[in-house]
Amino acid sequence: MPTFAGGIHPPDKKELSQSKPITHVKAPKRVVIPLRQHLGAPAKVTVAVGDGVKAGAVLGTAEGFVSAPVHSSVSGKVIATGEFPMALGRPIESVVIENDGKDEWVPLQDDPSYMELPPEVIREKIKAAGIVGMGGATFPTAVKLSPPKEKKVDVVILNGAECEPYLTADHRLMIEKPKEVIEGLRIIMRALGVNRGFVGIEDNKPDAIEAMQNAARPWPEIRVCALQVKYPQGAEKMLIKAVSGREVPPRALPMDVGAVVQNIGTTYAIYEAVRFGKPLVERVVTVSGEAIKEPKNLLVKIGTLVTDLIEECGGLLNGAAKVISGGPMMGFAISSLDVPVTKGTSGILALPGSGLFHADTFGPCIRCSRCVDVCPMALNPGLLSVFAEKGHFEDAKAHNLFDCFECGSCAFVCPSKRPIVQLVRFAKSMVKP
Amino acid sequence: MSEKERQFIVSVSPHVRSDVTVARIMWSVSISLLPALGMGLYFFGPRALAVVATCVVSCLVFEAGMQKWMGKPVTISDGSAFLTGLLLGMNLPASLWSFNPFLIHLPILGSFFAIVITKVLFGGLGYNIFNPALIGRAFLLISWPRAMTTWLKPTAGLLGMDAQTTATPLGILKEDGVGKLMEVFGTRTNLYTQLFLGHRAGSIGEVSVIALLAGGLFLLYKRYITWHIPITFLATVAILTWIFGGKDPQTGRIILFAGDPLMHLLSGGLMLGAFFMATDYVTGPSLRAAQVLFGMGCGILTSIIRLIGGFPEGVMFAILLMNCFAPLLDRVIKTSPFGTVKTAAAVPGGPKA
Repeated sequence: MPTFAGGIHPPDKKELSQSKPITHVKAPKRVVIPLRQHLGAPAKVTVAVGDGVKAGAVLGTAEGFVSAPVHSSVSGKVIATGEFPMALGRPIESVVIENDGKDEWVPLQDDPSYMELPPEVIREKIKAAGIVGMGGATFPTAVKLSPPKEKKVDVVILNGAECEPYLTADHRLMIEKPKEVIEGLRIIMRALGVNRGFVGIEDNKPDAIEAMQNAARPWPEIRVCALQVKYPQGAEKMLIKAVSGREVPPRALPMDVGAVVQNIGTTYAIYEAVRFGKPLVERVVTVSGEAIKEPKNLLVKIGTLVTDLIEECGGLLNGAAKVISGGPMMGFAISSLDVPVTKGTSGILALPGSGLFHADTFGPCIRCSRCVDVCPMALNPGLLSVFAEKGHFEDAKAHNLFDCFECGSCAFVCPSKRPIVQLVRFAKSMVKP
Repeated sequence: MSEKERQFIVSVSPHVRSDVTVARIMWSVSISLLPALGMGLYFFGPRALAVVATCVVSCLVFEAGMQKWMGKPVTISDGSAFLTGLLLGMNLPASLWSFNPFLIHLPILGSFFAIVITKVLFGGLGYNIFNPALIGRAFLLISWPRAMTTWLKPTAGLLGMDAQTTATPLGILKEDGVGKLMEVFGTRTNLYTQLFLGHRAGSIGEVSVIALLAGGLFLLYKRYITWHIPITFLATVAILTWIFGGKDPQTGRIILFAGDPLMHLLSGGLMLGAFFMATDYVTGPSLRAAQVLFGMGCGILTSIIRLIGGFPEGVMFAILLMNCFAPLLDRVIKTSPFGTVKTAAAVPGGPKA
């Protein structure tokens, strides 16, 4: 079965939530919508305190090429603007809206001939809907779909690997909305003028593979591929390698090898945006972990606070020691539950304290080679961590420090429990790329 | 406690870790040595137990004492000092035990060299250049060559001070040639069988090949070690001793392709060295390709020492010499990060299912 070299097999913990259908969360009383939920320049705020807004209304417009607009996820009144805490820790300029409970939307229009739209119009609609990569990287999708002329893109790959433990949002979406996701893929292929589409799905989701295969049956140019279950199979470069056999060189982009990768949730949002003109104001979030009372997959309005989601799932159990935004391998530990769900929030996990290792208890590198074996980028992570620890940042750079995309496989297997990702990030911050 | 008052741990990803720890690896290696230790105790009696126990206890005491003295956290629960003591003890002859309290106890001295000089002074676990147990043994062998090569006859040791001593099979081979070896063991089949079971003179833990193989296979199965070092080490010794190991009994000249690789594989400290000492993480290279070179280097040096060197056995010196080269081997191996090797231009049909 296709895959990449290296990688790990963490316990996938998907059983906690994979059989839970996506349920709507009651829209909260107020939402906090950050003006920067994407890579690039923050959106420029276009509303003021006291303004009435409908769901789907623009709150901020894109500033520049690499940026994205943000929209209101509820109807109501703007009650505050200013800096609010975010999952990543740094406060971000946000708009707070009090929900009037009426759920009044800006007019949406079904365009049944959406597959005939010219590529520019598709890109325009995607840009206007504020769609960004929803796997966590939050790169503006319209930019990804506008490759420069000299880059010849010939394949689109949908990322259904969902290799992070616990997360099942994309899994559920592929089971419940397979036709829509395939339509989204066809839209992307049309926007790029590409006639080969793949959906790569890890083999631990046979129901999703089957649903997607059925949905893709009418389209011979689309193939659904089962991939080996291995973390980080869903990392862009690893997915491209597994599906197309091509390796994206260091510091190059997927489009340099003719590939564009899109996340499943993003693709679904693209379908909704291009067909109905619906902006990205809600997303599927997996709320799971051993310290969550009742794990669920929820359709959540952007701007809903993590507190509200956890309440929706019955609250935290007493042993809860760590709350993570995203997956356990690459997600961010959050210090406060009063942070909003953003476009890139794929999951909220609550983990108990047992089994957690802390950065202050790590031992020396015993050079066991486990990290070398699992590194998907074929680096020597243990050596990088020693360089970082001893302040030899230039040496780390010479050993391809900047090729590391911080998947955490090395730190997962390290028997000395060294915080290798943390040390790598430290080294990256101490030396110019 | 309300949700608002809760405090959460914040740390950098990944937030989940595997359950393999240094301590678990070290203790597992120690456990995998137990069959070989058991056979050693069976053949050489309580003196063997006394030697091994002295080494283990001394290593633990030296490590804990040094760490206390230096004001560092005491880490003997990680099992590495225990393992060093165990390996050192298993690499010594049972005859080393003396009931005379006024004699210098060589096992204690060896443990001091292993832990204090070789390990702690170089920075402790992870920073030592040489295998501590082997340095401890090398120090004793060079300083007390007579005592270190006085071998008890298997099952003859027990409590007596006047236990019968004899030479090791490799010692007989070096001094008197293969003819004498056959005289002692009768048939080749008997020779192989005795070597395989461990019924021969030698260091306490090195004699029983079957028990060492059981431990080695356990480590391979648990992936605490990989094949790269032990298999290339053993294969190199087998090939070289087969090619260059044959001697004309009259002239003493080498006859090519007439050696006895099986006898060489089964004797001396080769199995113990290949599976348990050359595979030491800290003192070997970390790249797999470099480990293959490391194993070959160990095999070449062992064969050279055995066939033309002054010592009958060369595993210890071979591993120690290769320990010096471990960082260099890691350097000469060119690694290519993902994406730096040219791959096939395009795969329009996608992967084969």
